[in-house]
Amino acid sequence: MRVEAKLLLGLGVFFGVMCAVYWNWSLENAGGVMMFAGMLLCFLPGGYYYFWSRRMKARPEDDPQATPAQGAGVVGAFPGTSIWPFTLGMGAFFSVLALVFGIWFLVPGLGLVFWAVLGGTSEGRRGGRV
Amino acid sequence: MTDVLERPLHLEEPDHHEHHGPSGLLKWLTTTDHKVIGLSYTVTSVILLVIGGAFAEIIRAQLASPNGTLVSLAQYNELFTMHGSVMIYLFAGPFAFGGLANIIVPIQVGAPDMAFPRLNALSYWLYLTGSITMLLGFFTAGGAANFGWVAYAPLSNSINTPGAGADLWIGGLLLTGFSAIFTGVNLVATIFYLRAPGMTMFRMPIFTWNMLVTAILILLAFPVLTAGLIMLYADRHFGTHIFSVAGGGVPVLWQHIFWFWGHPEVYILALPFFGMATEIFAVFSRKPVFGYKGMIFATITIAALSLGVWAHHMFTTGVVLLPFFSIMSLLIAVPTGIKIFNWIGTMWRGQVWFSTAMLMAIGFLVTFLVGGLTGVYLASPPLDFFTHDTYFVVAHFHSVVMALVLAGMGGLYYWGPKVTGYMLNERIGKIQFWFLFVGTQVFTMPLYLVGLRGMPRRMAIYPHDPQWKFLNDVSSLGAVLIGISTILFVVNLVVSWKKYPAGDNPWDAQTLEWFTTSPPPHHNFYRLPPIRSERPTWDYNHPEHHAVPHGQHVEPVLTTGESK
Repeated sequence: MRVEAKLLLGLGVFFGVMCAVYWNWSLENAGGVMMFAGMLLCFLPGGYYYFWSRRMKARPEDDPQATPAQGAGVVGAFPGTSIWPFTLGMGAFFSVLALVFGIWFLVPGLGLVFWAVLGGTSEGRRGGRV
Repeated sequence: MTDVLERPLHLEEPDHHEHHGPSGLLKWLTTTDHKVIGLSYTVTSVILLVIGGAFAEIIRAQLASPNGTLVSLAQYNELFTMHGSVMIYLFAGPFAFGGLANIIVPIQVGAPDMAFPRLNALSYWLYLTGSITMLLGFFTAGGAANFGWVAYAPLSNSINTPGAGADLWIGGLLLTGFSAIFTGVNLVATIFYLRAPGMTMFRMPIFTWNMLVTAILILLAFPVLTAGLIMLYADRHFGTHIFSVAGGGVPVLWQHIFWFWGHPEVYILALPFFGMATEIFAVFSRKPVFGYKGMIFATITIAALSLGVWAHHMFTTGVVLLPFFSIMSLLIAVPTGIKIFNWIGTMWRGQVWFSTAMLMAIGFLVTFLVGGLTGVYLASPPLDFFTHDTYFVVAHFHSVVMALVLAGMGGLYYWGPKVTGYMLNERIGKIQFWFLFVGTQVFTMPLYLVGLRGMPRRMAIYPHDPQWKFLNDVSSLGAVLIGISTILFVVNLVVSWKKYPAGDNPWDAQTLEWFTTSPPPHHNFYRLPPIRSERPTWDYNHPEHHAVPHGQHVEPVLTTGESK
């Protein structure tokens, strides 16, 4: 976890320094804002990982001497099949076509999105242990 | 149904559970298996490569004579716009981070699947529908988008580019952009949370490291493009004036937004292929990667610098900070040089096996060196002023992207046996390599020269200058050779179809994906070896060279899934 935290925080610090140099030197706002946002985007998860890396013991994947048996236990819940990603994708497709061919495309588009959200959520609730 | 996966505590026979599910078309529509999704990505992106390549062949045929009449001027604009768009947005990135990375990264880190399998499936459907949306423009009355793949404002506004084709281009990019962002989230979560015990960050294969850095770049860059596209659409249809001077907007703001995504995108495209080439160099030189940590830090440095160089594409606008962007752009040559040094170091004194994959990787190295060095020229504002918007720039980035195509082909020959369980024909592969490699050089080198002689980009006809004509003819010949290489690849797929069984580890390779079966089972592994270095499969198969501490060799431990 520490390497992950260092990677993201290091990138955030670099973007922060680059942002300060660029903004002060160029006085151009668009690039400065984008680099500042990039810095925040690195600090947010980086800070989270740093916080937890100091409070939890090394996971088996962070332990150079770990054996496969140390990773025993629940890995996660992995859906075997699901129709809802396809349904949601088609909903997004029709919704985007509404931008071009007419607002009526939103009827099937948002309908499919709504259906997929309901279906996917209920599938997740039925999905078993995590 | 949902499979809840557990790793058993002790050495024991795993449960015998077959994965029962739908078959045929319904299987494809409902799958959440990263390997099937990755294969779908790969097949779709290769089909789009052929479509984009066909556009390129038409372009080169048009330019074979100064006053070509194969296509109209308007059609030519559509062709070069859609050629660039298909190749950049729909082929190169999705092939790498949606296709091969989707298949390979979870297996390389010892994970049963991507962290969010349904989100992964959604990414593919957004990519497929986004690609269809963009190409639908050809079937509208006004034709496809024709403002270049960069859609500069104010050319891309509704007055200069009316019609549905441009809107479909924007809509398609929105869908594929979200697809890329979701894939980025998935890759980061998979690499951070689903690694096998002992697979520390500094034992991950270089390909996985490159994909991690690529995913972080995607998350930093793609939202900016998505926001820009929404602004562009609002300017076109909602009466806003974000990019138009008439309403108090700033046209060059689009360039800032576009290239803040666009230059990291170059590395979003390149880094996965760097990773593929690194794996191939090590395996076919029978050596570990030379300078493993150096390679990782070079990748991180390239990614970090790539977010501070966007305006080197805008030197000629006259409103950007030339020294800052020039210095930052030139600095990228340092970590890139480290990579090239390490690739050569990996081959140095190795037992080099000139398989098709290795030839493709060497072809990548040579071609990328040419593309990279000419990029250093373009990082210098005086040289860029001279060559900007000429064929020199076209030649530069075609050297780069054709190098990536070479590496990608190497990746297909290298990992194809793992994915399908069958080898491709090596003889046809080597012939394909020579057509592709020679064709690339014959295609790009004349473009450098015709660019230095002043020929501008994006023109369908040109003055009858004998030098321009000759150089364009040679370049078109190179495009024909590349086209033949693509046909040879298709021929190889047909000839080799289920003909040469691969076995689990036909290359005697090093990383974890070669420890499992070919193709891997549902949820990837029957068992895992102890992971004590960045090449656990090699350690297990070559105990005489193992990296297990204290000279101990540890038997593999059964994990999950069914027995062989």
